Amino acid sequence: MKPAVFDYSAPESIGEALDLLAEHGSGAKVLAGGQSLVPMLNFRLARPAHLIDVNGVGSLSYISANGALRIGAMTRLTALGESGDVAGAHPVIPAAVAQIGHRAIRNRGTIGGSLAHNDPAAELPAVLMALDAEVTARSADGERVIGMQDLIEDRLFDTTLDDTELLTEIRIPAAAGSSFGFREFARRHGDFALAGVAAVITTDGSTITQAALGAFGGTHATRLPTAEAALVGAEAGDAAFAAAGAGAAADFPATSDVHGTAEYRSHLINVLTVRALKDAAGQAGGGNG
Amino acid sequence: MAENMSVVINVNGAGREVSVEPRKTLADAIREDLGLTGTHLGCEHGVCGACTILLDGEVVRSCLMLAVQADGAEITTIEGIADGDALHPMQSAFSEYHGLQCGFCTPGMILAGIDVVSRNPDPSPQEIREEMGGNICRCTGYQKIVESVQAAAAVMSAEGGSA
Ligand SMILES: Cc1cc2nc3c(=O)[nH]c(=O)nc-3n(C[C@H](O)[C@H](O)[C@H](O)COP(=O)(O)OP(=O)(O)OC[C@H]3O[C@@H](n4cnc5c(N)ncnc54)[C@H](O)[C@@H]3O)c2cc1C
Ligand code: FES
Ligand code: FES
Repeated sequence: MKPAVFDYSAPESIGEALDLLAEHGSGAKVLAGGQSLVPMLNFRLARPAHLIDVNGVGSLSYISANGALRIGAMTRLTALGESGDVAGAHPVIPAAVAQIGHRAIRNRGTIGGSLAHNDPAAELPAVLMALDAEVTARSADGERVIGMQDLIEDRLFDTTLDDTELLTEIRIPAAAGSSFGFREFARRHGDFALAGVAAVITTDGSTITQAALGAFGGTHATRLPTAEAALVGAEAGDAAFAAAGAGAAADFPATSDVHGTAEYRSHLINVLTVRALKDAAGQAGGGNG
Repeated sequence: MAENMSVVINVNGAGREVSVEPRKTLADAIREDLGLTGTHLGCEHGVCGACTILLDGEVVRSCLMLAVQADGAEITTIEGIADGDALHPMQSAFSEYHGLQCGFCTPGMILAGIDVVSRNPDPSPQEIREEMGGNICRCTGYQKIVESVQAAAAVMSAEGGSA
């Protein structure tokens, strides 16, 4: 219940952090908010030889809303959830952040850490998939932009980032005119969800023109293509939502564990998808259903 | 062993210096190096809330930080909230409303309660339950904890904020 020995560095710039990553590679771990990594260190599930603490890299913490929303990887979840710019551009984000752990966890945990850790029950990877976000990963050799789908693939507790790469920024394109629903089911407020879904839809009159759904709580975060296909072009209403719910259950990579069976989780995602879509449609109509 | 590092922390209003291995958690440094054993350790992986402290005024889990990360920071532990012999209103309320039995969860509960009231001066029982869901108590059944926080909130807002 105590971490094994490691060397510790606290770089103050991105460049310094990248040099340390290049030097130590797979023996090193980036320490962000520590809300997932430190438990793993305490349990000795992770035993990095070197810890690179990026909490002192001030240039990784920002929210910028000129055009696309740009969020620094070290932005704390509390700041993310309370940002007027984020709520204005993508109100689904604060709705999701409110469900992540507890205040003490959100005060330290970061958006970059949440994506890099990629817990299959985490809210943000699925929400950012639904928003078509992309991330910037930098290494001493350069930088690349990775779409959320390609970052996560079908992985859990792992991403397509290289050992020497630092996730630096999350970029989310504007989605003007869309409305959202966010629903999850957890046994206790703040617990990891058994299943959950973020739905972002755009309507033209009563016809749905765009639909993006991201689900979590299965074996990995995922979009729900069958559900999306059932929605686009359809009339926003009970029939389309029921079809989307059934599609979501078909798409969802449900799994059984001590908290619930795969069958139960598939049922949950069906019901939650219908409810999230009703919430979204209620907003689109100007009300708050 | 990695070399010890020197860390300066403002602890409950006084500057303290400790020399710790990088792998030492802040919770362990508070208990072992600073001698403040009011901060309890239940789970050491973030789920019980017993180790809750305030870091630069915000609640955090001290078991999920390294002591070296608190260099230059201000922390408040349960020992730092009373005014001399005068208990903090949250402490008085827990005593008066029987918000504790064994007392193991209580330091974390009290600091989390102070944090809730600092952001919401008049929290409903439901809001208290949601906000403090990250603090586990094995004894009280929570009813008395919720009543204590509500009672303290009334006193704290009458006094005009924290105390
Ligand atoms: C009690 C409790 C309840 C929780 N409940 C939830 C919940 O309901 N939903 C939820 O989503 N999460 C939950 N969490 C997890 C929390 O959101 C974490 O903060 C998050 O998963 C990891 O973010 P972090 O900044 O703390 O990262 P860390 O713990 O510091 O790091 C996690 C991993 O990501 C890597 N990493 C971090 N940042 C970067 C970067 N910039 N570039 C490359 N790699 C990086 C680290 O090396 C490490 O492998 C909970 C945690 C606790 C303790
Ligand atoms: S000991 Fe830190 S949360 Fe349980
Ligand atoms: S009073 Fe015993 S754990 Fe809460």
